[in-house]
Amino acid sequence: MKAQESYPIDVAAIREDFPILARKVGGDVTTPGEGEGDTEPLVYLDNAATSQTPKRVVESIVDYYYGYNANVHRGIHQLSQEASVAYEEAHDRVADFIGAEGREEIVFTKNTTEAMNLVAYAWGLNELGPGDRVVLTEMEHHASLVTWQQLAKKTGAEVKYIRVDDEGRLDMEHAKELIDESTKMVSTVHVSNTLGTINPVDELADMAHEVGAYIFVDGAQSVPTRPVDVGDIDADFFAFSGHKMLGPTGIGVLYGKEGVLEDMEPYLYGGDMIRRVTYEDATWEDLPWKFEAGTPNIAQGIGLHAAIDYLDDIGMENVQRHEELLAEYAYDRLSEFDDITIYGPPGDDRGGLVAFNLDSVHAHDLSSILNDYAVAIRAGDHCTQPLHDKLGAAASARASFYVYNTREEVDALVEAVGQARELFA
Amino acid sequence: MGMGSDMYRQQILDHYKNPRNYGEMEDPTFSHVGENPSCGDTIKMDVRLEDDGDTIEYVAFSGDGCAISQASASMLSQQLPGKTLSELKEMDRDDIVDMLGVDISPMRIKCAVLAEKVAQDGAKIYQGEIDLDKTKTED
Repeated sequence: MKAQESYPIDVAAIREDFPILARKVGGDVTTPGEGEGDTEPLVYLDNAATSQTPKRVVESIVDYYYGYNANVHRGIHQLSQEASVAYEEAHDRVADFIGAEGREEIVFTKNTTEAMNLVAYAWGLNELGPGDRVVLTEMEHHASLVTWQQLAKKTGAEVKYIRVDDEGRLDMEHAKELIDESTKMVSTVHVSNTLGTINPVDELADMAHEVGAYIFVDGAQSVPTRPVDVGDIDADFFAFSGHKMLGPTGIGVLYGKEGVLEDMEPYLYGGDMIRRVTYEDATWEDLPWKFEAGTPNIAQGIGLHAAIDYLDDIGMENVQRHEELLAEYAYDRLSEFDDITIYGPPGDDRGGLVAFNLDSVHAHDLSSILNDYAVAIRAGDHCTQPLHDKLGAAASARASFYVYNTREEVDALVEAVGQARELFA
Repeated sequence: MGMGSDMYRQQILDHYKNPRNYGEMEDPTFSHVGENPSCGDTIKMDVRLEDDGDTIEYVAFSGDGCAISQASASMLSQQLPGKTLSELKEMDRDDIVDMLGVDISPMRIKCAVLAEKVAQDGAKIYQGEIDLDKTKTED
């Protein structure tokens, strides 16, 4: 067992930056916020669904609304220029954070799902047809799975799934078989939101490129939790969401190689994405604005910038180490019980989340009881229904960790699971 | 403690662990199935009517899922006999919450009403009012 000292993050100091972590829960849910009946200190272990927001991020949004709120790319007036500069610099900051060449490769979207749909519609609808293959994995999030499945139905392309083995890892031999000359797209999750598996996306990128296919990496669970360099992976497309990495909701990122994005038609048409419009025709704005039609989520883009600054101050290597230590600790503690099934690879080789089931208690009941002990986890299929079918579980409980979580909170989880066991015994 | 433990009062746990009228009926007047896709709860309700073709004589259920959904089905199977089909169809979620005797959190209400909806849809199909393969609580 690891010594507490080996945790690289000063969690106590970090927690000061998150007012919500001081709140108590247990009372009436119809009135938001802490109120009467809220008596138990919150243990928030649902970070893979959404992370909490530090003061600095909220303040960056307040500063925008109080100080320079204006539409971008339109006004010549000072406020609009300030907003435009801040919004554009947010693109630069994201590019720098994930190793992209520049803002041309960074399209702001609503979330990962929208980024996936953007590529499916702007690229897939034009490029896919009968005889073409899209290769996914059995552990895809619905964001990717449903999007490509439905696009295949529209275009006549076929979808194949790389097998997940008994340890929750991709069967790379099977990947080799599936990624053939007919393959036009390989879309894979980087870190599984259910199994915690860290997939060898660079190897999959090589396989895809060998047959002339693109690779789309879903980084919704990887960018928040570890250093990521899209160049090292050699991803053609890469996507993630701001709200899972201390940022606000409503902002996501699509990375695309400049040449690839250049060749793609727009996904949404309208204002802000055009250069010249006549009654007969229109031409498109440069990258990335070609893909950002209409007034974008300006405040949220600025908030994402602040979130990245915050994470970089901690250091993504430290974030990763902290996640690994907590995941391993949770895995070890939950493994002590024979009636708990944990999904995915061993504790020392996974992302910062643990999905599990307690034999005698349905995941939703478990989650309700944990809620009683102020422990917030996710219960359900985590947007991976086909994977849950394969695992033979309608649902699972998932605890997921972030920079402000502690070993004591893992202990609180294990204790509350014990209470549920007793209640249902 | 908070609402969670209230939700699992003895009565619900008792019905979950020892479900009443559990199993499939050999000669039901009508049967219907339903699921709660978000939880994976499934319920089959078998209903036998009395000779008047309107009064519920006996109800059996089978299925699998969370304690709230299964306990609700078990308790409903005890409560329905003696009711007419129109009385069944008039039931709403408040009746189920009253029956369970606990506050059901908003996120779990679908689990609680699944059995009721399955029985109601089964009655409507039997009376030719709707055509439906499977009830889903998604609204």
